[in-house]
Amino acid sequence: MIDTPSVDWLALAPTLALLAGAGVALLSALLPEWMRKAVAATAAFAGFAVAAGYAVVVFDDTPVPQSLLDGSMTRDQLAAMAQVILGVTGAAVVLVAWGERRRTNHAEYFALLATAGAGMVFFVGAENLMTLFLGLEWFSLCLYILVAIDTERETSLEAGLKYLVVGGFGSAVLLFGSALVYGATGELSFADIAAATPTSDAFLFAGLAMILAGLAFKVSAAPFHMWTPDVYQGAPTSVTAFMSAATKTAALVVTLRVLVTAFPEQSDVWTIAVAVIAAVSLAWGNLGALAQRDVKRLLAYSSISHAGFMLMAVSASSERGGEALLYYLVPYSAMSVGAFAVVAARERELERPVTLESLAGFGWERPYYGIALWTFMLGMAGFPLTGGIFGKLFVFSAAYDAGEWWLVLIGVAATAVSLAYYLNVVRWIYMRSGAELRLAPAGGSPPRDTPLGIAVAAAFAVTVGSFFVVQPILDAAGDAAASLPF
Amino acid sequence: MLATALILLPVVGALAVAILPLPRETTAGLAFFVALMEVGLWIVTAARYDFDTGGLQLGTSREWVESLGISYSVGFLGFSVWLSGATVIVFAAAIGYALWIGRDRPRAYHALMLFLLAGVVATFVSQDLLLFYVSFEAMLIPLYVLVGVWGGERRQAATLTFVVYTMAGSLLMLASVVAFGVTQGTFSLAESGTSDNVWIFLGFAVAFAVKAPLFPLHGWLPLTYREAPVEVAAVLSAVVSKTAIYGFLRIGLPKFPEPADDLSGLILVLASASLVYGSFLAFRSADLRGVVAYSSMAQMGLITLGVFAFDDLGLDGAVLQSVGHALISAGMFLLVGMVERRCGTGVLDALGGMARGRPVLATIVLVAGMIALAVPGSATFAGEFLIMAGVYAQGWGYSVVVALGVVLAAMYILRVISAILHVKPGSAVHDEALDLRVGELALVLPLLLVLLGLSAWPALVSESSFTGDHAEQAIARGYR
Repeated sequence: MIDTPSVDWLALAPTLALLAGAGVALLSALLPEWMRKAVAATAAFAGFAVAAGYAVVVFDDTPVPQSLLDGSMTRDQLAAMAQVILGVTGAAVVLVAWGERRRTNHAEYFALLATAGAGMVFFVGAENLMTLFLGLEWFSLCLYILVAIDTERETSLEAGLKYLVVGGFGSAVLLFGSALVYGATGELSFADIAAATPTSDAFLFAGLAMILAGLAFKVSAAPFHMWTPDVYQGAPTSVTAFMSAATKTAALVVTLRVLVTAFPEQSDVWTIAVAVIAAVSLAWGNLGALAQRDVKRLLAYSSISHAGFMLMAVSASSERGGEALLYYLVPYSAMSVGAFAVVAARERELERPVTLESLAGFGWERPYYGIALWTFMLGMAGFPLTGGIFGKLFVFSAAYDAGEWWLVLIGVAATAVSLAYYLNVVRWIYMRSGAELRLAPAGGSPPRDTPLGIAVAAAFAVTVGSFFVVQPILDAAGDAAASLPF
Repeated sequence: MLATALILLPVVGALAVAILPLPRETTAGLAFFVALMEVGLWIVTAARYDFDTGGLQLGTSREWVESLGISYSVGFLGFSVWLSGATVIVFAAAIGYALWIGRDRPRAYHALMLFLLAGVVATFVSQDLLLFYVSFEAMLIPLYVLVGVWGGERRQAATLTFVVYTMAGSLLMLASVVAFGVTQGTFSLAESGTSDNVWIFLGFAVAFAVKAPLFPLHGWLPLTYREAPVEVAAVLSAVVSKTAIYGFLRIGLPKFPEPADDLSGLILVLASASLVYGSFLAFRSADLRGVVAYSSMAQMGLITLGVFAFDDLGLDGAVLQSVGHALISAGMFLLVGMVERRCGTGVLDALGGMARGRPVLATIVLVAGMIALAVPGSATFAGEFLIMAGVYAQGWGYSVVVALGVVLAAMYILRVISAILHVKPGSAVHDEALDLRVGELALVLPLLLVLLGLSAWPALVSESSFTGDHAEQAIARGYR
């Protein structure tokens, strides 16, 4: 008999729930056509919701981190909180995807979405280099297909190919880095890497740099962001929403975990590296966004700059930084899914890509979506009455505490620049009229899309709610950050 | 509780106005009713506030973000009572004016106005640094759209300039808020101590100098005040600008005694420059809005001189003048709006001769003008005199500047009065242009009556703004 490690089923429940949802969704391809979409979407939604529910239970039940599956995974509050964010995000994305015009592939779409979610939920609990790579590839492969799933649209195929090539390169870099770290330390588990005496510093640092670069591809931090605008623009909008919120959440949480648990000794090196990546992302993301006309591209650049803000928290390398990162992820995910959902609504109404021009008068024609988009834009710019301001405040405080006042100033300058394009969106939706430009139809009823409306309302509630109810979220974020060995 | 109620009432009103599917006039009427209720609520507040004891009263404090020491703390100091009083009165007049002229898209418009009212009041009662920042920023959200949607021809340029200027200042303030709060371990204004960091003070000072505005950060002012809807311009110049004064009084002076003292020379010079330069620009301005806008800049310079006089007289005068200027500049802007609606233009060359056959308009413009130019006996004269006397301690030159400002004010106001009322009827003045209507009178007259009341009894404000009427001591003790 081979000794099998004992399995903590509860800790794996979020992953398994999503895999089960994916299985049911995939099997719905065998059903009659009229019920395919309903069954697949319901299964995926249930998978995400159950995963989030189990993650809450795990969060409550795990005051002290526990090692799983012979040390290859970990069960802690950091992973659990990330899983909650991922689960809720995924459920909202299912609602957004419901009304997407797609003649075929419903079963495949929702199955892949749930599988990607399962991969991310698995990824955030990774505790050694093998599971790290496994999780990364798991959700990446699903995303490659999801991006390209609208085969009748050339841009979707192009985006899929682009993501595959760049993402494959990123994965290879990460894998090579892992090999170098293994070569230097002879260990795979993060904790053992930290404890080991490296035989070669050159290998170890090269490995660390490559792992960081590989993860930065997924975070879409500059200068590893080149794929982001094209892929975000070309992918189906629901997939873009999922990538901008969920992929970033997973990748940032894992970046924090790897750096803090596996490389505590090298923190004086990686804090600077991460700070520089953050500064470059802030500069590049914000300047790039200024030049965009296509709203999805604009939001893509904005997501690069948000990656910069969140990496600022990582570079603080402190419990406070971790707390700031996890807090930031909550309103950020909501605003991001919400903003793409509103874009999706406009896209379905006009049946063409949404540019700034095609938002003209949107706020008056569709007052609720208008107010929601307005709120998301202000939130991303860090205005009050949204959680965005506290996200920025906590990140800045953490960086200031860590002595990185120069990074705070860059952050402030970046926020100032970002106003130009966020407020520009508001300008288009309220201060230009569609009739005047003759680009968008004015008046008339929009296509009915209740699930999307619910998703936007939920995102709005989280965005505004995280402003008024800060302390509970911050407490959870603090607990989550405390499960890392700072 | 009253402070919270004063913030929540307009917020609830704004939601009601935005959501209830009422007809146009009813919507605007509801908003006006909420604004009047707000005035009533303020009267209750002023009656409950014990001016003899002074200090922080009628407040609430709730934990918000415990781990960083951020709390929702609101409450009134003496001068908060008067500044918020000016706010509610000015807003009632402004919202009434919007009702009178029937603004387009009333649900959105009035919801935003009430939201703005909540933001301004919240700024004046906030006793927590972050809450102050939040309210200070929250004012921008409605203003951006109010100017950008309902403004004049070049409204989009105006609103963008305004927001970029203000946000640049605000973000520097955010950096300062973070630095101050993290160093102190609390954001509560009541609990935090003082700081001697000049850079942190500068972050605040720049934000306030943009908001006021002080020379040379007034670049947003002419375009914004010209393009904004007239009642929004009234609110901007009357009360939104005074949040800068509240900031100096509540944060700048008590939290940064040394940096404020070190930099007082610079700020006094800039304030003097604003006063003189603003007055000259007002005198040279070719249209009504330009005159009122630049005179507002000049007056903000004057008030800042009073604040940085650092003595009882100057500080009392600054609060009195803040209230007086709030009321008179709101009145002037509304009158400008009324003249513009009659003549279709505010260009001075095209106006004139409106006194003939329009006795009410002539009387009101004349009375408002007299108060604006601080004729001896008026509330504004009392304020300017206190400031002049107070700033003497900082150097006699500043008192001369204030005196010069008074003379210049007389020059530009008299020029405007005669350009509207006297000389020959201008090309834009037609016989059909009516006298002031009852509705219009009902909006401007209360402002003037309050001002006349204050003229009779300026000490009501000036002697009750700080605990025990010792402004300097109150600030040195951090209002505790």
